[in-house]
Amino acid sequence: MEYFLSEQQREIKSLARRIAEERILPVRAELDENEEFPWAITKDMADSDMFRVFIPEEYEGLGGGSLELCLVMEELSRVCSGVALGYAATALGSYSLVEYGTEEQKKKYLPLIASGEKLTAFALTESTAGSDATNIKTTAVPEDGNYIINGTKQFITNGGDAELYTVVALTHPEKGIRGASTFLVEKDTPGFSFGKKEKKMGVRASSTRELVFRNCSVPRENMIGREGMGFPIVMRLLDRSRPGVGAQSVGIAQGALEAAVDYARERVQFEHPIIALQAVQQMLADMAIGVEAARLLVYGVARTIDSGAKSYTEESAMAKVFASDMAMRVTTDAVQVMGGAGYMRDYPVEKMMRDAKITQIYEGSNQTLRTAIAFELRKRKGRRE
Amino acid sequence: MNIAVCLKQVPGTTKVEIDPQTNTLVRQGIENIVNPFDTYALEEGVRLRERYGGKVTAISMGPPQAEAILRDALATGADEAVLLSDAAFAGADTWATAYTLSRAVDKLGPCDIVICGRQTIDGDTGQVGPELAEILGFTFVSYVSQVEEIDGEHMRLKRLMGERYEILEALLPAVITVVKEINTPRLPSLRGMAKAKSATIPVWGAEELEVDGNKIGLTGSATRVIKVFFPQRTQRAEILEGELPGQVDYLIDRLREANLI
Ligand SMILES: Cc1cc2nc3c(=O)[nH]c(=O)nc-3n(C[C@H](O)[C@H](O)[C@@H](O)COP(=O)(O)OP(=O)(O)OC[C@H]3O[C@@H](n4cnc5c(N)ncnc54)[C@H](O)[C@@H]3O)c2cc1C
Ligand SMILES: Cc1cc2nc3c(=O)[nH]c(=O)nc-3n(C[C@H](O)[C@H](O)[C@H](O)COP(=O)(O)OP(=O)(O)OC[C@H]3O[C@@H](n4cnc5c(N)ncnc54)[C@H](O)[C@@H]3O)c2cc1C
Repeated sequence: MEYFLSEQQREIKSLARRIAEERILPVRAELDENEEFPWAITKDMADSDMFRVFIPEEYEGLGGGSLELCLVMEELSRVCSGVALGYAATALGSYSLVEYGTEEQKKKYLPLIASGEKLTAFALTESTAGSDATNIKTTAVPEDGNYIINGTKQFITNGGDAELYTVVALTHPEKGIRGASTFLVEKDTPGFSFGKKEKKMGVRASSTRELVFRNCSVPRENMIGREGMGFPIVMRLLDRSRPGVGAQSVGIAQGALEAAVDYARERVQFEHPIIALQAVQQMLADMAIGVEAARLLVYGVARTIDSGAKSYTEESAMAKVFASDMAMRVTTDAVQVMGGAGYMRDYPVEKMMRDAKITQIYEGSNQTLRTAIAFELRKRKGRRE
Repeated sequence: MNIAVCLKQVPGTTKVEIDPQTNTLVRQGIENIVNPFDTYALEEGVRLRERYGGKVTAISMGPPQAEAILRDALATGADEAVLLSDAAFAGADTWATAYTLSRAVDKLGPCDIVICGRQTIDGDTGQVGPELAEILGFTFVSYVSQVEEIDGEHMRLKRLMGERYEILEALLPAVITVVKEINTPRLPSLRGMAKAKSATIPVWGAEELEVDGNKIGLTGSATRVIKVFFPQRTQRAEILEGELPGQVDYLIDRLREANLI
């Protein structure tokens, strides 16, 4: 398939693949088993400039767009989507600054993110606010030029391991979600602590923790974007980052497809490799079709975003929903093709199946995103130019 | 600190074959790679620069295609690179190679450390490093597994010797050859790759290096590789049969014939 990638995009993709194969593959099972944060790999990725990909050139980055980020996500996820998730969370945590930060904020923080010195996180979800993100309770009350944050965020990727946090809190609780604003909070700020690390079904090489704010005082300069704009800002940032989840899904599924085909070529039953069985062939073909279709949708949406499109809620939801549903199906079928071996930890596909599940849940569950797509469809009466 | 790293382009490891007719390496269709040991040499050079400042220059002698490994070196941390390439360099043995490399090190200006791999995977002699030190008049330490410290004129090194380590102090300038245990070579960086793509890599020939024409290439080589071959596996088994005493007599005769007893 011709994906029309530029020379630089090919280079990014092939270097990400080298990192995945040479640095992640040898420790993937161990990271999964021990739920370990991959610090050594993070350092390798930083040394190879992977964290520069999504930072503008003026701030020591390489100025890549959504497509470049997707290429990295896909290649890392083909081997381990847990490692990829930590990377994606840093991209999402820095988009707030890239898109809405002041010049001073960008100058101060973006070069540190680009070099990989500081990881970031994005904190929206709370116990009362999952799909219903409007129901956040964390407050940030103004006091003497600072904001005092109180509340608890849950399920935050890179929580505890990141140095910089994009946090959404209510600066005017009486206005509800219209009174929400976005802040950058540094890890060692007094009053900011972390809950226990969550034990997860999949993406276990990524860390997920609670963020606890108790009278945590943050200077005014750390507000990102205008006061009261917190909700529209995070909704837009999520629109922008969703193709990344799509790419993560494509990578997981690609890895599972490869493992299943390799196995089916080798495994002999009834005197023939099982890939000679029509039932298996049909499954593999459907898997390959799904992966390719999702990849093209993800790349297409990423290019739409990079072209400077103003609104892409619907497209980015489509890329995420389609690719993640595909990844769940393809990884499940990969386990099926590999039979009992596929179910065992000695083979990679059971991990891929566990990992795939999250892609249907976070950054907007597929149910809520379908609702968002239908909302847009209704507005545009289903027509396309 | 000025650091020179010597890198050789060699045929990709697993695919090397020898043409049984001509006794030469079959090079067609074979992907060339950097000699794997030399990636550790480069990494150590880059790490020393990161620790002590200065500049890392990658040097390779080889055909024009060897430029590829120098671009990789630039993408992986080298500051500069030079290719030593000239028809007159062809057919060099280890001594002629070391001589040519030494001229390049001289031309680069004051040098504190030259780092080589412990050996190559094609020529496999491990002689170039020590010969280079001899010609340059530098201190030589082989099989270095750790550079502990460099202060002014000395460096403290750990050298891997079979079952033991040695801690040595060596006077600078020095040539060292390194073993795999010394580090884990980094992957290239995207910025490095961009820099490498646009970098101009000077090519120095016999003229630029002001070499003695009798010391380079085939002319300057005291050693000729006459034949390269895979050792023939000549193990043969003979199963003795019949009565045991007869077998023993036969076995003794055979062992005597073979001068083994
Ligand atoms: C199969 C075969 C057998 C050979 N046998 C002999 C022999 O017995 N005696 C002999 O004199 N020659 C021999 N040669 C020739 C010899 O390989 C080359 O002439 C010589 O250029 C390099 O020697 P080496 O590969 O053994 O390097 P080594 O001495 O094993 O290399 C040690 C280090 O020196 C540096 N280095 C070596 N060559 C270069 C280079 N061209 N450019 C930059 N750095 C370099 C690298 O850092 C390398 O890791 C043989 C060649 C082949 C292909
Ligand atoms: C591993 C992991 C990492 C995460 N990382 C982050 C992070 O870095 N930052 C962050 O802010 N959050 C993060 N989250 C939170 C994640 O975004 C939420 O879990 C997700 O938005 C779903 O919210 P919920 O878990 O509260 O589910 P709920 O909202 O309780 O949903 C439960 C079910 O109800 C369905 N449902 C709910 N509302 C509707 C509706 N209106 N229409 C149809 N169906 C509906 C859902 O689809 C789902 O099936 C992470 C979660 C996980 C598991």
